[in-house]
Amino acid sequence: MMTYSTNEMMTVAAARRLKNDAVCFVGIGLPSKAANLARLTSAPDVVLIYESGPIGAKPSVLPLSIGDGELAETADTVVPTGEIFRYWLQGGRIDVGFLGAAQVDRFGNINTTVVGDYHQPKVRLPGAGGAPEIAGSAKSVLIILKQSARSFVEKLDFITSVGHGEGGDSRKRLGLPGAGPVGIITDLCIMEPEAGTHEFVVTALHPGVTREQVIAATGWAIRFADQVQTSAEPTEVELRALRDLEARTAAAHGQAPGEA
Amino acid sequence: MAEILSLHDAVKQFVNDGDTVALEGFTHLIPTAAGHEIIRQGKKDLTLVRMTPDLIYDQLIGAGCARKLIFSWGGNPGVGSLHRLRDAVEKQWPQPLEIEEHSHADLANAYVAGASGLPFAVLRAYAGSDLPKVNPLIKSVTCPFTGEVLAAVPSVRPDITVIHAQKADRKGNVLLWGILGVQKEAALAAKRCIVTVEEIVDDLNAPMNACVLPTWALSAVCLVPGGAHPSYAHGYTERDNRFYQAWDPIARDRETFTAWINEYIHGTRDFSEFQARLAAASEAK
Repeated sequence: MMTYSTNEMMTVAAARRLKNDAVCFVGIGLPSKAANLARLTSAPDVVLIYESGPIGAKPSVLPLSIGDGELAETADTVVPTGEIFRYWLQGGRIDVGFLGAAQVDRFGNINTTVVGDYHQPKVRLPGAGGAPEIAGSAKSVLIILKQSARSFVEKLDFITSVGHGEGGDSRKRLGLPGAGPVGIITDLCIMEPEAGTHEFVVTALHPGVTREQVIAATGWAIRFADQVQTSAEPTEVELRALRDLEARTAAAHGQAPGEA
Repeated sequence: MAEILSLHDAVKQFVNDGDTVALEGFTHLIPTAAGHEIIRQGKKDLTLVRMTPDLIYDQLIGAGCARKLIFSWGGNPGVGSLHRLRDAVEKQWPQPLEIEEHSHADLANAYVAGASGLPFAVLRAYAGSDLPKVNPLIKSVTCPFTGEVLAAVPSVRPDITVIHAQKADRKGNVLLWGILGVQKEAALAAKRCIVTVEEIVDDLNAPMNACVLPTWALSAVCLVPGGAHPSYAHGYTERDNRFYQAWDPIARDRETFTAWINEYIHGTRDFSEFQARLAAASEAK
């Protein structure tokens, strides 16, 4: 067994969630890394769509920006950004929206706008980008981010992109077409929405992670499913594919390997 | 018909104080050189529209050209924050900046509506999001056929749009390819449009269905090779990822930013002189 980092475990666990035949709308950063790892391992036929316009992108190195030339060159087709949102997302053709976040709450709502008051922000974040409509219209949503009490909060200062709203049948009442977030994958665990309440509960712990660690890294009183699984450790194939991808990316962008 | 002009003359003629200006390009083909020229000519009170403000608007905002920003994602891609944008929003430096914030789907649709001559765009968006609470221009409309409530947002109709593209011919027809973003929609939504290009050729040899903007839909075409730097022009230049990283410490601090603008923008006559100074500085390191 190869040794691995908690970040690698997170990326591998997220990659495993993508089915081979899925059409996936990919956010930049961690989602893009996990989605491409899936494409290079368990889901070679997954279709990756980036909001800048590439459909069916197969980058050999991870893009630094959402519109890197590598995405266009390896895509089945490149369409205008308006078309991505109008025909492909709003048109109902996206199976999985794969998103990152600055902060999430217990219902999988996402904040990428501000910490503090909108008009007097403590921290001004980049803003919405494509996420609100991906969160609304993709048939399902996966969220990947590192877990800490600062990022998993009791109450969001701002809901940029809706998850399960106030829980229960919130999404239905809002008239949202997609099913919303079905998984939050972190460096510690996997959370899934509980039937009925749609509150995210821990359904799997990564190997070696304790419940106390998860509780300490969550800003709300996190609950655990009746049956908590242990995530399978990353295989050698997964780890090699991930490390090769990161090494190629670092070489292409002139970074140290850890930066990719 | 588009006039073939120097970038200096095009900006002087077509960009006015107080204009609503869209400098578009989704990571690719960002019209940086035009942004520099707007700063050089000291244009003021601009309302800047752009889905991803990027370095180009960080510079315009920090240089005091902007009164308002309409946007949907404001970061330095792959690096972090836009510090000049944040300083303007959080501390009103160098002047207060009004912000009008949307999502990408919204602004992309708003450009389509603008190019279509419509007053507003309709899309399925924002249910459950707090953005409509802070942007009163995000409203709703009920479908007269199904009763579905949809988001309604004002179209974007800039006074002037500037984009960068790969090629123009001598009549001023423009060809662009690769990641197109909202370039075509932004060009056709605007009253006036300047296009900077990598080269001017006798014949575009455009494939059928290629993205061609006809000369009669444009105001001016300017030859500015490399004019998208540190963004890129597919087939001509690579994205300069190091510059995006180098921008972070420059923009983080008011003094280093101002010194950079004075040396590299006000201290140069045009984009080619800017490029020469940047190259000399990078060699000296």
